Amino acid sequence: MATLVTQPTGYSPNPSEEEPLNYLNVTHGWKSWLLTVDHKRIALLYLFSITAMFFMGGTFAILVRLHLTSPNGLFAPETYNRLFSMHGIVMVFFFLVPSIPATLGNFLLPIMIGAKDLAFPRINLLSWYIYVLGAAFAIYAVARGGVDTGWTFYTPYSTTYSNSYVLAAAFGVFVAGFSSILTGLNFIVTVHKMRAPGMSWGRLPLFVWAHYATGLIQILGTPVVAIALVLVGMERVMHVGIFDPRVGGDPILFQHIFWFYSHPAVYIMILPGMGIISEVISCFSRKRVFGYDFIAASSMGIAVLGFLVWGHHMFITGESMYTGVVFSFLSFFVAVPSAVKVFNWMATMYKGSVTFDSPMLYAFAFIGLFTIGGLTGLYLSTLATNVTLHGTYFVVAHFHFVMVGGMVVAFMAGLHFWWPKMTGRMYNEPWAKFAALLVFLGFNLTFLPQFVLGYLGMPRRYSAYPPEFQTLNVLSSAGATVLGVAFIIPMIYLTYAWFFGPKVGRNPWEARGLEWQIQSPPITLNFEKTPVVTQEAYDYGEPEVLEVG
Amino acid sequence: MSANFADFFLASEIASKQGSAIDALWWFETAVTVIMTVLIFAGIAFFAYKFRKRPGVHATQIEGSTFLEVGWSVFPFLVMLVMFWWGADLFYAAQTPPKDAMEVFVAGKQWMWKVQYPNGYREIDALHVPVGQPVKLTMASEDVIHSFSIPAFRVRHDVVPGTYDTLWFTPSKPGTYHIFCTEYCGNQHAHMIGYVTVMERADWEKWSGGGGAGGSLTEQGQQLFTQNGCSTCHLLDQQGRCPILRNLYNKPVQLADGRTVMADDAYLRESILMPNAKIVAGFEPNIMPNFQGQLSEEQVIQLIAYIKSLSPATPASQQGNQQPPIVIAPKAKAAPVVKTIAAMQ
Repeated sequence: MATLVTQPTGYSPNPSEEEPLNYLNVTHGWKSWLLTVDHKRIALLYLFSITAMFFMGGTFAILVRLHLTSPNGLFAPETYNRLFSMHGIVMVFFFLVPSIPATLGNFLLPIMIGAKDLAFPRINLLSWYIYVLGAAFAIYAVARGGVDTGWTFYTPYSTTYSNSYVLAAAFGVFVAGFSSILTGLNFIVTVHKMRAPGMSWGRLPLFVWAHYATGLIQILGTPVVAIALVLVGMERVMHVGIFDPRVGGDPILFQHIFWFYSHPAVYIMILPGMGIISEVISCFSRKRVFGYDFIAASSMGIAVLGFLVWGHHMFITGESMYTGVVFSFLSFFVAVPSAVKVFNWMATMYKGSVTFDSPMLYAFAFIGLFTIGGLTGLYLSTLATNVTLHGTYFVVAHFHFVMVGGMVVAFMAGLHFWWPKMTGRMYNEPWAKFAALLVFLGFNLTFLPQFVLGYLGMPRRYSAYPPEFQTLNVLSSAGATVLGVAFIIPMIYLTYAWFFGPKVGRNPWEARGLEWQIQSPPITLNFEKTPVVTQEAYDYGEPEVLEVG
Repeated sequence: MSANFADFFLASEIASKQGSAIDALWWFETAVTVIMTVLIFAGIAFFAYKFRKRPGVHATQIEGSTFLEVGWSVFPFLVMLVMFWWGADLFYAAQTPPKDAMEVFVAGKQWMWKVQYPNGYREIDALHVPVGQPVKLTMASEDVIHSFSIPAFRVRHDVVPGTYDTLWFTPSKPGTYHIFCTEYCGNQHAHMIGYVTVMERADWEKWSGGGGAGGSLTEQGQQLFTQNGCSTCHLLDQQGRCPILRNLYNKPVQLADGRTVMADDAYLRESILMPNAKIVAGFEPNIMPNFQGQLSEEQVIQLIAYIKSLSPATPASQQGNQQPPIVIAPKAKAAPVVKTIAAMQ
């Protein structure tokens, strides 16, 4: 059974002490990284790759916002169209989809359930190579001059009319999809088969539940977008005509196939973030998470309902009115489990003992911004208001509130929360707090004006716009500059902390999950001996107990 | 349109009858959003302050509450049901043009909007409509998917190649308003814009009086019908090698494969461009040539206008072949538009 804490939990009193063996220093050399099967090292490989893609996509975003400071734009329309398309493709398929699952999920999921690794360590490494291959095609498309179809590849523009590198970009996305499928598969099998003794389904951390639900969507949804992209390729190369109305094809068929994946993909992007927030809120409120069962069930509910709402992207695309009514109704349904999570997170703070460390600040920002993102989704689920807002900046603002205000902010919360676990060192907390505040302010300045622009009718994907929209566009661009800086700062202090930060013990936050009971950074096999779990991950009522040495 | 600061934050211009109804719902949703956002931000701030870490005070562990869970699932859902119902109701109206709507044809093409009135008058990137008159747009695309939107009217519909899409509105306020393409359509997408001008009825009648140089749509369609050799097989009053087109419009058609379809605009369009897609019972396939690529969407519209004129028993949506401008008339040989409008009021 458990013994009381004996080793230091906070900052290490003696940083000069020789470092014990861990997954980072156990082997050296580039081969030990490129051929590793350790889920933690693969998580870091992913972290480098997606960070590179994030800054690439972010550069496109900054150029997009720069262009839009003037009603006539700074670049040629052709250039602008490629910028926003590449921004979307890189951010969605090469950053958002893999971001949390492939990095924090990869690192933590086995540890949180008391396993030595994922079920298929080699497949895990394979998934990273597949991702890199996919990204290489996307980068090739950029280097050759980019793609101008938008991230949605709508037909028949993408199949017949576009004169850009559609094939390379679409093939990159197609390939990267397999990496996502393999990650999801690995998570599901791992959760089923590798839980430590005593780690019942009812004791799974909510982070794990969220990744389990995400894995289901990855496995069931990704093949469908792969089919859509293969058909685009076939149509472009061989003119098979499936999306070409001139030979009896249907361009809308593409949208159905595409959104059948791409709407659930929104939940691939947000569910892992929700998992992080559940962990962080609980830890920094010193309180068991409120309504554990409901938060876990709502993750599964979102995964299932998410597959039934794709038609709300096509209310005004010639979909029948009655189809529209059904999809509108189902879209409201999917809002319920999201609302349930928000209320439970707030209730978790109730009668807690709240501290304001940087992960918690990001969690606060997440709840607020995700709430706005979710509520503005209701306008778009409503048939009549969808008609007026579809295709405008309102939609752009809405999904950036969910994707950036939600997902990226949650990712930041998670990185700050587990950074000491991953690196064994602590970052500069005042800088972290400052960056969190800057992200919040910069984000709102960027995207709040876009709601107004959308209401006023400014269409998205416009390389030029009527002059009356300029004031709001300049505000938004100013915000983007702040946001850009706010993302560079953590990049600097987190990297600095990795090498020079003060060393920390195994549990600087005095959290309760299994991952905090092992050494920081962990050893290659995570646990000295398989832990026996006797409590759930949120047992803040009791003094900390250790199952493993 | 001024760049007045107040314009941004009070309301954008509404210039159609349905616009105010949709905005009422928009404001309801905005109220819900603002209230919930304020409550949640305030809740976070209050809880964070009230339950901040204090010396000697420990967190109270709480399992959860089924009562609360059910409450905060059901109550928001009820509010959302209001949004759903309200939105669906308005949407139904927006999808159902009134019988007396004046019909205008719009062809979207990279990167322009080509507008044709029933009297044959054409313009590009511009639309002129009389105030108070319901207008139905029948839209086709020559190439990729476009989306026709007039923000001031709160209307929008995608224009998908290979079919007809429609939208309708009743302009309520004279003025000039933006037309935007809102489905990304390539290089000059941002320049696929134009203006709709809402005029007083008298001004509009003066404006529209001239008609097109080539005659009305029906007359142009009749010319095309002869020029393209349609008339050699589609005889008007006796059975030729192809189906008789008189009294065809909006009637059910028995197909060779057993299905029955309605002879509406979309069916006629498909049967002109790809005749083998649906073969009428009793006729052979591969007799009529494909006109895909031979006729522009504008010409197809003219042919359909002519075919409609052969079915005098189809009220409302049908085209007149008389000289004055717009068809709102119940019969092909109806009174000129001025009288018809007067009769409506």
